[in-house]
Amino acid sequence: MGKLTLKTEGDTHVVVTRHFAAPPEAVYRAHTEPALIQKWLLGPEGWTMPVCINEARPGGKIRYEWSDGKGGGFYLTGEFIEVVPFSRLVHVERMHMPDPTPDNHVETNFAPDGTGTLMTMRMTLPDAATRAAMLATGMEDGMEASYARLDALSVPTRP
Amino acid sequence: MSNLDAAFSALADPTRRAILARLALGEATVMELAEPFEMTQPAISRHLKVLEGAGLILRRVEGTKRPCRLAPTAIAEIDQWLGMLRQTLTANYNRLDDVLAAMKTEE
Repeated sequence: MGKLTLKTEGDTHVVVTRHFAAPPEAVYRAHTEPALIQKWLLGPEGWTMPVCINEARPGGKIRYEWSDGKGGGFYLTGEFIEVVPFSRLVHVERMHMPDPTPDNHVETNFAPDGTGTLMTMRMTLPDAATRAAMLATGMEDGMEASYARLDALSVPTRP
Repeated sequence: MSNLDAAFSALADPTRRAILARLALGEATVMELAEPFEMTQPAISRHLKVLEGAGLILRRVEGTKRPCRLAPTAIAEIDQWLGMLRQTLTANYNRLDDVLAAMKTEE
């Protein structure tokens, strides 16, 4: 149950799907209610989210601040564009490390799937290179050495 | 990192990505880099200047040559953002399963 899928679409999109054993309303709430978000949107073991702002309405702000509990951390900011309760969220987001990463435009749909939910998250990166970098270094082979990932960035040396 | 924008704009060019991929195999001189790319040495040098400015490569002096290699710290720092995604999604959604199960119990 629930295995994550990741695939690319066109030059700049990344599509993530995941099944959840709960109805769309619950999955949507877990994506929009700070008290719930703070329980799971945490990244690596040991990290917490001391600040969670999620104003799920068009124009509403997103701000998530993560901490590793040892003085390290970073934050994400974003804005909602479209909000359809229990079925669809559209927002833009960027990480601050502290310099901001390129804007990531994210559409998240929550569809009934049997007794559960199929969540489809479609990310649109500003250009093909950013997506290539993201895929090559993070999503396809997250555990490999940086140099090996860079190799995947390679493109034909002549047009 | 202090220069993430510069790193991304340096990575936006296909030739520069190819140069980085070549350097992932090991140190190379401008001459060695120019050959497979069928570009002039000045053209390669301009790309190297951008990569160096973005902190993605390091150069050392060896006689009249200035061999280039990847800057491991710069790559690792870009990776900090880039590498998080898949692992993060997997860990997060596994936790979300538990949150959803708990929500069900509370109802």
